[in-house]
Amino acid sequence: MQFSEAWLREWVNPPVDSQQLVHQLTMAGLEVDSIEPAAPMFSSVVVGEVIDCQPHPDADRLSVCQVSVGTDTVLQIVCGANNVKTGIRVPAAIEGAVLPGDFKIKATRLRGVQSAGMLCAATELGLAEQSDGLMILPADATIGEDIRKYLQLEDTIIEVDLTPNRADCLSIRGIAREAALLNDNTCQQPEFPVTAIASERTQEISVDQPAACPRYLGRVIENVKAFAETPLWMQERLRRSGLRSLGAVIDITNYVLLELGQPLHAFDLDKITGSIHVRYVQTGEKLLLLNEQEITLSDNTLVIADDEKPLALAGIMGGAESAVSEDTVDLLLECAFFSPTAIMGKARNYGLHTDSSHRFERGVDPELQEQAIERATQLIVSIAGGQAGSIVEVTSTDDLPAYQGIVLRRQKLSQVLGQQLPDEMVTGILNGLGMTSSMDSTGWLVTSPSFRFDIAIEADLIEEVARIHGYDQLPRRQMFMPVALSDESETRVTIDRIKDILVDRDYHEAITFSFGDNESLLKFEPELKGLALKNPISSELSTMRTSLWPGLIQALQYNLNRQQERVRLFESGLKFFTQDGQLQQLNVLAGAITGSMYPYAWCEKNRVVDFFDIKADLEAVLGAGRHQMRFIAGSHPALHPGQTAMIEMVDGTSVGIAGMLHPELEEQLGLAGNVFLFELQLTQILQRNVPEFAVLSKFPMLRRDLAVIVKNSIPAESLVNAIQKSAGNMINNVTIFDVYHGKGVESGYKSVALALILQDKLKTLAETEIDTIVSRVLADLSQQFDARLRN
Amino acid sequence: MNTDLANESLETMLAEALKKITAADNQQMLDQVRVDYLGKKGLFTQQMKQLSTLSAEQRPAAGQLINQAKSQFQTMLETRKELLHQQVMTERLAAEAIDVTLPSRCHSRGGLHPVTHTLRRIQSILASAGFNVEEGPEIEDDFHNFEALNIPDHHPARAMHDTFYFDEHTLLRTHTSPVQVRVMENQKPPLRVIAPGRVFRCDSDLTHSPMFHQVEGFMVDEDVSFADLKGLLYDFLRTFFERDVDVRFRPSYFPFTEPSAEVDIECVICNGEGCRVCSHTGWLEVLGCGMIHPHVFQSVNIDADQFSGFAFGMGVERLAMLRYGINDLRLFFENDLRFLSQFN
Repeated sequence: MQFSEAWLREWVNPPVDSQQLVHQLTMAGLEVDSIEPAAPMFSSVVVGEVIDCQPHPDADRLSVCQVSVGTDTVLQIVCGANNVKTGIRVPAAIEGAVLPGDFKIKATRLRGVQSAGMLCAATELGLAEQSDGLMILPADATIGEDIRKYLQLEDTIIEVDLTPNRADCLSIRGIAREAALLNDNTCQQPEFPVTAIASERTQEISVDQPAACPRYLGRVIENVKAFAETPLWMQERLRRSGLRSLGAVIDITNYVLLELGQPLHAFDLDKITGSIHVRYVQTGEKLLLLNEQEITLSDNTLVIADDEKPLALAGIMGGAESAVSEDTVDLLLECAFFSPTAIMGKARNYGLHTDSSHRFERGVDPELQEQAIERATQLIVSIAGGQAGSIVEVTSTDDLPAYQGIVLRRQKLSQVLGQQLPDEMVTGILNGLGMTSSMDSTGWLVTSPSFRFDIAIEADLIEEVARIHGYDQLPRRQMFMPVALSDESETRVTIDRIKDILVDRDYHEAITFSFGDNESLLKFEPELKGLALKNPISSELSTMRTSLWPGLIQALQYNLNRQQERVRLFESGLKFFTQDGQLQQLNVLAGAITGSMYPYAWCEKNRVVDFFDIKADLEAVLGAGRHQMRFIAGSHPALHPGQTAMIEMVDGTSVGIAGMLHPELEEQLGLAGNVFLFELQLTQILQRNVPEFAVLSKFPMLRRDLAVIVKNSIPAESLVNAIQKSAGNMINNVTIFDVYHGKGVESGYKSVALALILQDKLKTLAETEIDTIVSRVLADLSQQFDARLRN
Repeated sequence: MNTDLANESLETMLAEALKKITAADNQQMLDQVRVDYLGKKGLFTQQMKQLSTLSAEQRPAAGQLINQAKSQFQTMLETRKELLHQQVMTERLAAEAIDVTLPSRCHSRGGLHPVTHTLRRIQSILASAGFNVEEGPEIEDDFHNFEALNIPDHHPARAMHDTFYFDEHTLLRTHTSPVQVRVMENQKPPLRVIAPGRVFRCDSDLTHSPMFHQVEGFMVDEDVSFADLKGLLYDFLRTFFERDVDVRFRPSYFPFTEPSAEVDIECVICNGEGCRVCSHTGWLEVLGCGMIHPHVFQSVNIDADQFSGFAFGMGVERLAMLRYGINDLRLFFENDLRFLSQFN
């Protein structure tokens, strides 16, 4: 809601300046978004009359005008506007004037003719976005008067960002009520005289849907000049509310909407066949709207129709065919109260949003219609002429909002506010809000006025009392805390801990969008169908991610394109897919690394990252939960088939996957260099085993090294497992310390060197015992893996 | 044996020995000198052996002389040994000196996203007031995101939430307030909960991102009041910004709270003087809050007469921008390392 401060001050003029007024409104919940001057600064522009106008001798498009500006001297001004002519009164910038944009007006010669100033268009004074020629002033404008004074430009435009519950303030009348209340002032409603009935004509009205339209008023006005010139004062007020002048009748309905908050509509009476019907749409009906948009109406839409066809979208927008035009002679003025539920969401369904729908879906004062139609009639008759007929009113009292008393409990009020307010204060605030209240021992019984249709329950009243009393006046209290220990489980690892581990290992945390483009997602998860948004911002952000990898790869590329050579990123968040018809929102931790292992390496030989680097990072992360995890060869469409590991718990529960980006995908994405990826399921890794102490052995550990030759296809881990099984509880640890291919080992085979750490809990192991163990180990390895000792 | 003569030769021997000590310029040479004089066949040992040739009267004096010379020799030897050790050590230390200003061995540290830093900060401050973290799904249903929060179908407030839909009933949550509903459905008061997470709005320009982060907090108990809400948020904001900022509560509207308020702080960029960031008002809007609406309690079967509660919500990126002076919202989701690495 945007309006002229001067207009508001006609209704209520509290002794506060603009800044104070704006502060009061903001602190009362009517947040002021902006406060701007009604016109940009300019000076020395006065009302001038063109008393003579001749073509310029040397320029086709210029005229040489003699302009009277109220002084003895008549000014000669060269003008380029095409609407300049003798007799008009226009803004004249005289020598020394400064126009918006610091444009200084000086006496000059234009194509050899002396010009002592400039005749102005509205745009040149910052009073319009566009204009067609000079700004023509009324014929009675006082010649020589400063245009700022004449147009009352020393005004401000206040824009209030109203919350949806305060539709009662979508008018000068509503804002004035608040301003009066905040200043203990009274609101002076201007006089709206009732227009005498001068026409016999009435329009028959039938409301088929009284629940949706409890009140409908119609009035015929005959012989109207619908496009008469709107008076400048009204045009200016409309402009300051952000509306363009569109001809008298439309301007007047807009003016009353701004002034009182009541939308009105004028029909061309000749276009109405038979009776007016307020009804729901009949299947298949269409309507060409005022904005030239043709819509097919859906069944639950309320329309204003005549005997034959829909004329207007009730409470939203009129139709083009029944609209007032230059040819309109007689009109039907409509002023209705539509139930908010009948209008809510309807405009949006048709992609529309109008000043009328904005108000009706939030609510309009149901008692306002008669006053509003009288106000509009008075303005129409005085500006556009015509004779008004009697008002035809169809009201269904039962369907109008009921005003039941609302109980405001004293105890609830102080419970919610944390402070007991004096009774007189509460009563005073309620009265100030226009409410009637009676008191008993427990509190107040309150009836709100028709214009506060938003007040329905006790909480609404509590809010009003708090708001008018002032939130800043309410106390601040430090809460009492019950001393209860929080549930600190040692079986949980926090996500913070996991993130810190990765950060310590030189990862940066990324946050990528939860939606991406379907094509990229399919490249990484070809078997998962992503959920598509019905109304995405763009195709790049249209499908919920089925994997975090595409987003991370995109971030990785973004950085590689910006001269980063080494990128290590991780992200935690949900991925989305459907499994057995059920939507899954799975919390995962994912990462991507590429580039060299070390940021710099003056002391070591640097190298590019490989699988075992990312495996080390994962073991660090998994170590936080103290889980024994297994990495086993696996596959994934986005990963290199020879460098992919599925990560499992010892019991086989899947925890995640890691590997090298598939070279095919690497090529498609234009990446050069090894990229390694991982993904872990967070629910699994955020669990932790509580440590369980094992007795320390007092006896020495002994080490035996074995190098065995096995086929390349034998996983090293299976050798370790077999040794552990074979050596039983004598083995403390088995470590692989070398894997060798090459001279001395035939092709297709590898030599694996293992260190066995042996220890008994009860005694020192004797050499013979050790030999027995080692022989058993070798025998088992030979039997299970065809392993032989390397000599 | 003439003792004088013997004395003379002892002196000569000592002088010779001392010369040799001085001439020894490494430990090995010095060791040789020691053996030459003090060894089994060393010159001092021989001298001592010759004492037996002297008379009983001469022996003590001669012996004393030898001992004196030997002692002088030993002192000299020790001194020289110490000196040589010092020299060796000095050389070694010099040889082993390094340039400690060279970078460390190849390790560097990454960093958390500023959103995470800010979330952690919010969570830890509120944890100290007994608030526990709860999470909820990002793909929500209409009931939890809207209906239960007193935003029925076609409510004008829905227009304020440019919602991403999957179908009529399924959507991306527009705020983390649905977690409030989910918690109240499953747990009984007293409740002190914060719900951090991603939220989504169908809006994208310089100052709006289609995805951002919010923290919703709420408390339900017998006798929770607006005064408690004011107290908590006042303390929270001052703790968060680590300065005594002015805080003001302004009436506002959210369908799920009543009374509702927006909370402004004195602009932390210009200290309330007025600048571009605060649109020259001196105030920054940082939070929305209010007392939980009775209809919300109704939808989760909590008795609104027995219990009362408050709820608040804040935009994490906004707080991060103010806290760290970040001037462009888009930076949060570009994941540029030059940006991320500033928050390690």
